[in-house]
Formats: sequence, structure tokens, C-alpha cells
Amino acid sequence: MNNLQFDFTVDKSTNSVCITREFDAELPLVWDAFTKPEILDQWWAPKPLASKTKNMDFKVGGRRFYAMILPDGQEHWGIQAFTSISPKTNLKWVSSFTDKDENINTELPSSNWDLNFTEQNGMTKVSIVIKHKTLADIEMLIQMGFKEGFTMTLNFLEELLTKKK
Amino acid sequence: MRRDIFQAVADPTRRAIIVLIALQAMTPNAIADNFNTTRQAVSKHLRILTECEIVKQEQKGREIFYALEIDKMKEIDKWLEQFRRIWETRFSQLDDLLSTIKKNKK
Repeated sequence: MNNLQFDFTVDKSTNSVCITREFDAELPLVWDAFTKPEILDQWWAPKPLASKTKNMDFKVGGRRFYAMILPDGQEHWGIQAFTSISPKTNLKWVSSFTDKDENINTELPSSNWDLNFTEQNGMTKVSIVIKHKTLADIEMLIQMGFKEGFTMTLNFLEELLTKKK
Repeated sequence: MRRDIFQAVADPTRRAIIVLIALQAMTPNAIADNFNTTRQAVSKHLRILTECEIVKQEQKGREIFYALEIDKMKEIDKWLEQFRRIWETRFSQLDDLLSTIKKNKK
């Protein structure tokens, strides 16, 4: 384990998830990691998921259209619509789920992301606030995000147990 | 038919009902007044929520009130822990990537 700061809190009164994390790298590099699709795709999806950016227009009014790909090849599409960009300082986007043709699925919750970047002594701190419409939306996102991961872990365990037999 | 807390929050109307009765127990009619859908539609959602064990019915006099099962909602805290872990994984991947990029630059 490293000593990098990591805070994760949920503010139930504002339906917000607040995440702060320190990185052992200079600001321009961390900024690139959040804003360049070729770098984003290498870390955005927690393994064993994979991330694939189909297109990205990094400017206010532009969007990143990407898929989270499950190990079985299933694709879940979404967009980040950029609403504000202050280079190497702040970034805001609205995150929504879409179908494979980039049509927003209004049944699924969208969220507002606000990211702040600061550097001190060669370390970069990123503070992320994800604001949802309701607390139930957060629950739903968690369900979608981790339930698949959890199922996969169970499948993996099953596989492992079968092999051991 | 799946009946769990995930099924309960999968529908926008049901999410709205949860938020509504989180503040106070309400009768089906009072709940339905907050939606543009029919009372039957709201009743159906309440039935599903009851089957998911996320709401309970309380008889008060001649009326039935629907209240949130607070303990069930506490399961959310367990999910949040899972959510946190997703971010941990994501960021540790980024740590590795940043260190690789830095090495390659040198």
C-alpha cells in the first residue's frame, strides 16, 4: 500500500459523492490522464472491465463517447458532456448513459462531475464531486457499477473451485 | 421475478416514492398525489417495493401508511464500500500508468 491520500465520502444531504486522491506525478501529466482518451482508456475501467473511447471532442460543448466493456464482450455506452474546462485547474462534465448510437437513456440517472486539480511539491491532488439528483440514483449507479463486478468475482471463484476439483 | 433492493431502485417512479416516504410515512393516496400517473400505477410500484421489503405497511385507524424500512436502506452503506473499492482499483491503475509514463520520459 502507498501513503497517497484517498478520501471517499458520500454527502447524503446533497446527493453527492466526494472523492479526493493524491498522485505521485506532476499536474500536467495527471491532467492528461483525465483528458486524453488514449490515456483514459488505460485506467478508467476497473479491471476486469475495459474502457474504449469511440470519439472525444475535448472542448466545452464537446463530449467523450465511450464504452465499458465486460469480459464477455458486453458493452455499456455512456457520454461525458464537457460543460466547463479551465486547463490544468478545473473540469466539469455531465455524465449520462447512452445506447451504442449515442442516444441518451433518460431512464438511467445522469450526474454532474466537478474535478479540481492542484499541485504541491510535485504531487497532484484531484478532488472530484459527483452530484446526483437523488440518493436513489447513487444506489442505482452502485448497483450497475459493482453488481457486474461482484457477479464476475463470483464467476471467477466458481471457475477456480471447478479447477481445483 | 427478481425482488431485491436493486429491483426497488431500478425504476424512476419507485426511486421518487422512496425519497418521498423517507421523510414520513404516507398513505397510498397521498403518495399518488405527487405523481401524474394513475393510482393503479402507484399501487403497483408500492406492491413491488413491499415485495422488495424496502417499505412496510402500517395500519393506523382505518388507513394504511407506507413507511421506509430504514434497516434495509442501511444496505446502501455496504454498497458504498463497494463503490469506494471501484475507485481504489481505478486509481491504483492510474498510479501504475503514471509511473510507467514517467519512466518512459526519462
